[in-house]
This record gives sequence, C-alpha cells and structure tokens, in this order.
Amino acid sequence: MVGPRVVAALAGLALLAAGCSTGGGEQAQGERTVTVLAAASLTESFDQLAERFEAENPGVEVQVDYAGSSTLVEQLTQGRRADVFASADTKNMDKATKAGVTGGEPQVFATNKLTIAVPKGNPDHIGSLADLTAPGRLVVQCAPEVPCGSASATVERAAGLDIKPASEENDVKSVLRKVAAGEADAGLVYVTDARSAADQVQAVDFPEADQAVNDYPIVALKDAPEPELAAKFLDYVRGPVGEQVLTEHGFGSE
Amino acid sequence: MPGVLWVPAALALALIVLPVLGLLTRVDPARLPELLTSEAALDALELSVRTSLVATVLSLVFGGPLAVVLARARVRGSRVLRAVVLLPLVLPPVVGGLALLYLLGRTGPLGGLLDDAGLRLPYTTAAVVLAQTFVAMPFLVVGLEGALRSADARYEQVAATLGAGPWTTFRRVTVPMLLPALGSSVVLTFARALGEFGATITFAGSLQGTTRTLPLAIYTTAQSDVDAAVAMSLLLVVLALLVIGVAGTRAVEGRT
Repeated sequence: MVGPRVVAALAGLALLAAGCSTGGGEQAQGERTVTVLAAASLTESFDQLAERFEAENPGVEVQVDYAGSSTLVEQLTQGRRADVFASADTKNMDKATKAGVTGGEPQVFATNKLTIAVPKGNPDHIGSLADLTAPGRLVVQCAPEVPCGSASATVERAAGLDIKPASEENDVKSVLRKVAAGEADAGLVYVTDARSAADQVQAVDFPEADQAVNDYPIVALKDAPEPELAAKFLDYVRGPVGEQVLTEHGFGSE
Repeated sequence: MPGVLWVPAALALALIVLPVLGLLTRVDPARLPELLTSEAALDALELSVRTSLVATVLSLVFGGPLAVVLARARVRGSRVLRAVVLLPLVLPPVVGGLALLYLLGRTGPLGGLLDDAGLRLPYTTAAVVLAQTFVAMPFLVVGLEGALRSADARYEQVAATLGAGPWTTFRRVTVPMLLPALGSSVVLTFARALGEFGATITFAGSLQGTTRTLPLAIYTTAQSDVDAAVAMSLLLVVLALLVIGVAGTRAVEGRT
C-alpha cells in the first residue's frame, strides 16, 4: 500500500513541477518582460512591432497575447495582470475603463474598416455589398456580438441590405479561414485581415465600409508590473515606427 | 481502505464541484428567468437536444455493430482498429472539425462530389449531427466493446451448439448480455454530444436556429453579455446533471 509519505512526496513533486514550468519562461540576467494584451486583428502588425521594439531595447522581451477584445477585457476584470491593452474597438475599451483596470486615457492609434474577402480570382464576380444578397450566395460574417459583426450590421444598415449569412463566426479570422478554404463565396472581414491572407483571398472594397470605421484604442494598465516599459511601448506604437508598420498592414491612421 | 485516501479524494471532488459552484456565484437570480427564456437560449437548447438525440441514435445504429465486430470478429489488425476508434476521444475537437471539413467541405474529395450533386453539408444541421456523432460515438463503441470482452463468450458458443443461427444467438444471447452496458454507454454518448463544441463550430459553423447549439451559443454570447452566457452555462450543467442523474447513475453502476 502506498503510504502517506509517498502521497505527500508525489503531491510535492507535482507542485514543484507546476512551479518550474511557470518560472521557466523567465530568462536569467535580469531580462524584463512587458506583457501586451492585443486584439486578434493586430496579430501580424504587433508581432512585427514587438520584434523591432525588442531589437531597439536590449534586455526587454515583449510578450503579446492575442485574443478577441471582449475576451481580454473579461480576463482583465477577472484580475489578469498585464502592462498594455490594445482593443479593436472603443466599446470594449470603455468596458475596461469602467471596470477600473486602465491607467490613463486610452489613445486611438489606428483605424480599420471592412472589406469583402473573396477567393482569389473572384470567381463569382462580386463587386458590391449588394452582390452578397444574391440567392444561393454562401456568405460568412461575424456574429453581431463581436466588433467585426457589429461593424457588418452597421454597413448593411447603411446600404439598406439584409445579408443572410450561412454562418456567424465568433472572430474575423474564422471568417477569413472559411473564404480562404473555399468553403464560402464571400466574407466580411477587415481590410487588414484580407491583406494578411493576400495569397489566398482578394479584397473587394465597398463605399458603405466608411460608415463603420473601427477605432483601435491602446492604454497602459493600472496595475502594470512594468509601468515604465508600458509607457515606452505605447509611445512606440503611436510613434513613426508604429505608424509605418500599421499602415503596411492596411490600418488607417486616426 | 486507508484513511489517508480521503484527502486526495476530497481534493479531486473539489476540483470538479467548486468551479461549477463558482458559476453559480456569477448568476444574477433576478435576470435568470429573462435570460433563460430568450429566443437565442431556447433556440440553442432545442437544437442541442434534437441533434444530440439523433447523434446518439446514429451512434447506436452504427457504433453498436462496430463494437460487436471489434469484440467478436477474428480479424487481423483489430488492435489497430480499436486504436483508431479511440482517436476522436483524444484528438482536440477542432482537429476533428477540420478533418470533417477537409473531407466533406466543398473543396474536399467527398464534399466536392456531394456539391456536384447539389448537396451541401457545412452550415447545415446535418453537419452538427455528424460532428457530434464523430466525437461521441467512441463512447458507445468503447463501452459496449468492453462489456462484450468481459462477458463470457461461451454462452454464445453454447447457443450455437444448440442449433441457434448467428442472428438468433446475437438477438437472444449477445444483446441481453449487453443491456446494462448499453444504458451507460448511451447516456455518456448523449451527454458528450450535448457538450460538443470544437468540431461543430469548425465544421458546421454557427447560425442561430440552424447550427448554433447550446455550447456555441454560450461562446458567442460570452463575447458581449457574460451574465447571459453564465445563465446558459447553468442550463447546460443542469441538463447534463439530469441526463447523468436520471438515466446515468444506475447504468454507470452497471445495474439494469
């Protein structure tokens, strides 16, 4: 029979292993980490910005965690600690502000708008938003509960159209994936997403997109473990390098 | 039983019970009735129950015979077959969804043929059932196969020597022997189908009333209204407890 001492030893071992794995990510020689929580649509541009920031600031590691803005806000209100939060819309930033997790005034650093993503070559000759309402057209868009979905609803209203989607996805990348995989004839995504998958999809811009321009606000967080680095990274994103990288990926400047 | 086992046992139980209780603390009782009777919640609940029932029946019709074949037929490579059957249990559900999509989607080898025939699976309720069956059927197969292996094959041999044909033996000896295990396996299969998320959202998509089952509705709702999502989660927990409680406990304990 297994004695109590063995059980205790096993439990201790398990705790030790858990402790090791969380501590393993930290580097020796006093490397500092700035933790950034960013909306999923910022993935490509923030990856690049993080890399350049690290190169310019030796000994600093930028750790960016991408997820839906609302997921990140929920994590923050549940007590997750991080240094910077970049949201894909002002609604979720307002939620964060109201929950008292932000430190300072959020600043809009980029804008984004919708475009119609179609498979390369545009086999269905889609030229306008109205073309998406054609019978039998397989359209995928975001659910109204997420920012890209509320933007979709706004442009539909602006155009006086009612698109009947085959599916309402929870994030814009899922919409993009379905178009890229050929499982949808068209999808409403952000300009930046269409550009990130330019080898598989092409973008059909439409005038009503201007009715739903998304503001991307960024803020340093109140209980930031690295407040100094947080401020520095924020300035970097809003500075010339940030603007250049963001423009390259299709974002508009505010 | 050594008394010291109580400590880890209690911790194990706490790991399961406490998070569910944590869910309860987030529920706003005043808003609960309104949240639970919202159109989105009711649509999702109805769709979930309907598709899970069909998935369970399909699992029984196809997975039942598969269990018998695995346990009784003397085929080479049956060990490999058994491992393959277990695959959906260990695969991340999203992988299952992608696999279904790349086979049965418009651009998939089988899906392309269906598309030519004017049939489309992704984005349909049938796709939900298929995803649920893919993920849940192994529970039925494994449960039944285990029961068959531990059951004494000599009863069937005796029946055969007494002149019963294979069909009569199966009907009069094998099936009655399987009944207790059948109960627990069916309940587990249904419960797993009810909770299916990853394969469904990947393969079938998410549209209210057509493909948005309760787990998908919880995820979508949580993006904008956490209270409503928690209310729906509670609904799913209660439903799962009912299924396991009413039909399950006796069956899981192996009595009929």
